[in-house]
Amino acid sequence: MSPRARYVLRRLLLAIPVIIAMSIFVFLMIHLVPGDPVQTMLGFRATPENVSTVRAQLGLDRPLLAQYLTWAGGLLHGNFGQDFISHTPVSTLLAQRLPVTIELTLLSMTLAVLVGVPLGVRAAARPGAVRQATEGFVVAGIAITDFWLGIMLVLLFAGIWQVLPPSGYVPLLKDPVENLRYLTLPVLALAFGEAAYILRTTRGAMEEVLGTQYILFLRAKGIAERRIVYRHALRNAAPPIVTVIGIQFGVLLGGAIVIESLFALPGVGRLIVTSIQQRNYVVVQGGVLVVAVLFILVTLVTDLIVRWLDPRTEEGAAT
Amino acid sequence: MSVAVTTSGAAPRTVWRRGILASRKGRWGFGILTGLALVAIFAPLLAPHDPNAIDATRILAPPDLAHPFGSDALGRDVLSRVIFAYRVSLGVAVGSTLLAFLVGVPLGLYAGYHGGWVDTAIMRPIDMVLALPAMLLAVALIAIIGPGSNISALAIAVIYMPILARVVRSSTLVVVSQTYVEAARARGTRSRTIITRHVLPNAIGPAIVQATILMGFALQIEAALSFLGLGAQPPTSSLGVMLADGRDVLTQAPWVEVFPGLAIAITVLAFNFFGDGLRSRLDPTGVTE
Amino acid sequence: MSDLLRLEHVDVGFAAEDGRVSAVSDVSLSVSEGEIFGLVGESGCGKTTLAMALMGLLPATAHVAGSVRFQGVELLGLPPEELRRLRGDRISMIFQDPMTSLDPTFPVGEQVAETITAHRDVDKARARERALELLGDVGIPEPDRRFGDAPHRLSGGMRQRVVIATALANEPALVLADEPTTALDVTIQAQVLDLLRELRTRLQTTIVLITHDLGVVAQICDRVGVMYAGQLVEVARVSEIFRSPRHPYTQALLAALPTQHQAPGSLRVIPGRVPNLADPPPGCRFSTRCPYVMDVCANVPPLAHETDEHLIACWLSEATKQAGQPDHAAAGGAA
Repeated sequence: MSPRARYVLRRLLLAIPVIIAMSIFVFLMIHLVPGDPVQTMLGFRATPENVSTVRAQLGLDRPLLAQYLTWAGGLLHGNFGQDFISHTPVSTLLAQRLPVTIELTLLSMTLAVLVGVPLGVRAAARPGAVRQATEGFVVAGIAITDFWLGIMLVLLFAGIWQVLPPSGYVPLLKDPVENLRYLTLPVLALAFGEAAYILRTTRGAMEEVLGTQYILFLRAKGIAERRIVYRHALRNAAPPIVTVIGIQFGVLLGGAIVIESLFALPGVGRLIVTSIQQRNYVVVQGGVLVVAVLFILVTLVTDLIVRWLDPRTEEGAAT
Repeated sequence: MSVAVTTSGAAPRTVWRRGILASRKGRWGFGILTGLALVAIFAPLLAPHDPNAIDATRILAPPDLAHPFGSDALGRDVLSRVIFAYRVSLGVAVGSTLLAFLVGVPLGLYAGYHGGWVDTAIMRPIDMVLALPAMLLAVALIAIIGPGSNISALAIAVIYMPILARVVRSSTLVVVSQTYVEAARARGTRSRTIITRHVLPNAIGPAIVQATILMGFALQIEAALSFLGLGAQPPTSSLGVMLADGRDVLTQAPWVEVFPGLAIAITVLAFNFFGDGLRSRLDPTGVTE
Repeated sequence: MSDLLRLEHVDVGFAAEDGRVSAVSDVSLSVSEGEIFGLVGESGCGKTTLAMALMGLLPATAHVAGSVRFQGVELLGLPPEELRRLRGDRISMIFQDPMTSLDPTFPVGEQVAETITAHRDVDKARARERALELLGDVGIPEPDRRFGDAPHRLSGGMRQRVVIATALANEPALVLADEPTTALDVTIQAQVLDLLRELRTRLQTTIVLITHDLGVVAQICDRVGVMYAGQLVEVARVSEIFRSPRHPYTQALLAALPTQHQAPGSLRVIPGRVPNLADPPPGCRFSTRCPYVMDVCANVPPLAHETDEHLIACWLSEATKQAGQPDHAAAGGAA
């Protein structure tokens, strides 16, 4: 097995204790909730006997460790428990909601990268008019709150011009065109801020690389500027750029809660928030864990890509 | 993660003159922030009207001379409401970041200085927190404890504390590897003295820059939480609450939505500029995000 | 007399926050085909800046005046694209630090090959062949094994050889070598110098060797020019310079070289400091530290004047005193 494959395997294996620790963390967090879920579920008319009966039924009176082990055991079988309000398996709920969040994240990040990286490269390689314009974009993108932008977009496109729907969702497989129409405004709102951030990172990384001695030497060799920027500089500037993209991807996966609420998108974020309000702890546990695990995996993949980009790390040198 | 030579423990006056005042960004940032701070502090004096005064004759009235930001669904003056809401929001933003700073910096210092199992013991749980998306964590915390401005401040502090701890830890690692620390150790100086006298002044620069920038974003997070109904509770109004209110009357009276959002944007900008101005002096090598 | 390179009254200034820094002032010299010309001076004397100006590699804040003729073509003011075509093809430059001269993410063999494909119309296979040849020429063992290696797998000496290989890929007429051996240890230094010497013999390459190390100059240079604070103060054949240096600065430099006959702990230094290049004296810039300074020195720049192959810019020289007129006699060495 090549050293690289061994490293990947090692990282994957190391991720396992992290995921286990995360599950414990999530479990404890949920179970430190003051306020009785059973009480909330049954309403304030429930008698103490009802409460304790239901509690016993749900296994909530057992010691924490036992509860955790039951839950963890179930997880390994793909059983995330049941939503105790609607009795739908949590795994079903997640399976319905995850694709929405993932689609939203994918579209937003793709747009952000397609806009942010080329502009960032241009701004670094050719200071001047491009740079001034991007400076304004960066400043605006970082300062403007994403959901406020979303609301403004709704005002413009749904309120005044009435060309796009203000909220709602149509699954991709049912009707791709409608799906995209409903997702346009939320994606734009998210992508604007992300693009600005990615642009800034790209520009910074490129500027740093373009100031190095080896770039100067490439110029001394008479290599065309274009090749220098795209074949050499960008490759060297990639690690921090890819890292930021990876992090933001993970952040969007779990953090687009407000946008999902604003545009009534049936995603995981919104599911978790409503479940928290309902004290539907089983759903919260499953949802948060899934999001956290996805985040860990995305970070892992990003790290691996960054390592792959830099040949120096192959020898096991410190990253 | 690469760490390079850190700050030189620049004296405050140099930070001031060469850092903030030297760059245009820094000057603008500082100027705007001072203005905003004054607005927040002197809200009662500056607001032209009573923010809670209902006026049935001015429901959803557009902006005019007497009411530059227009009026909302209950005829209340938007400008005055923005000023008072700003107070709440800024308070949460500054307070939460300060709290995160006061807790995170010592932790990061300790972890970076002692290394070994102390480092692991401190940073592992912190990294665990960092592995959770921030908004999710905040919402979860508020769900546990209950909604309110103070709680959202606490939640934001919990999110920010790991970030600041990491930044300080990075710069501490660099400082600790410098020979003057080795020399102090060789002289038998007590750890605590080394940390406070040598490490802290030199390592804290990037953390200050980071905190400044985080304050701006804290404002946005507070707005998001309040928008969801998890932050400031009635009758207190923060900018996020105003954003939620404005949404209801969006097409009829867009100004109710526009101005609070602008207030947030300007503040974030100011914090960013100010932080950038500080950065040239306090964090020349870029340990901050 | 074939001058490959001819500089006349070259000035390089940088726009800075507090005024203008004069890095190179009124330098005129010429280099003949096939010679190894040493350009010597302490750090900051402008020698690297001069070389960069020749190549057109200075940042936008730099302002270059004067004339630089290479093979009869005026380089200053040449359109960037044409300058780019010359670089790496007819004029090459080798930088000081081999550790930072190569792209860390690119295989070393490719870095040689791309110099070829940038200037010659050949396909990748041919370029690779040629690159392998070159790697062998510069003394890299098992070039085909090393071709795909990333730079960090090679030692400093190896990397410098790769750098030299890229500089020579298109058999340039002129090579500017900026401190090519400074970052290497002594044994490798000798090998690299041998390599350069061999190149001159085999390919008639003209080399301008920039260094602060007089020992290196003594080893391989034919002629040498001495710079101080941006001004060219003396030019002569190497044997001449070591035997009878005429300029006070050169004399002081040579005197400062440690010898076996010295008493321990008594290194000779040149008292004083380099002038502030943002506000230099209008005349000779060494005047502030010169043991023979006269009134005229600080105010009027001494005209470089040739006395039998030996150029000296000092009011002490008879020839300079006689000349005393701005007739701009640029010096040249006999081939």
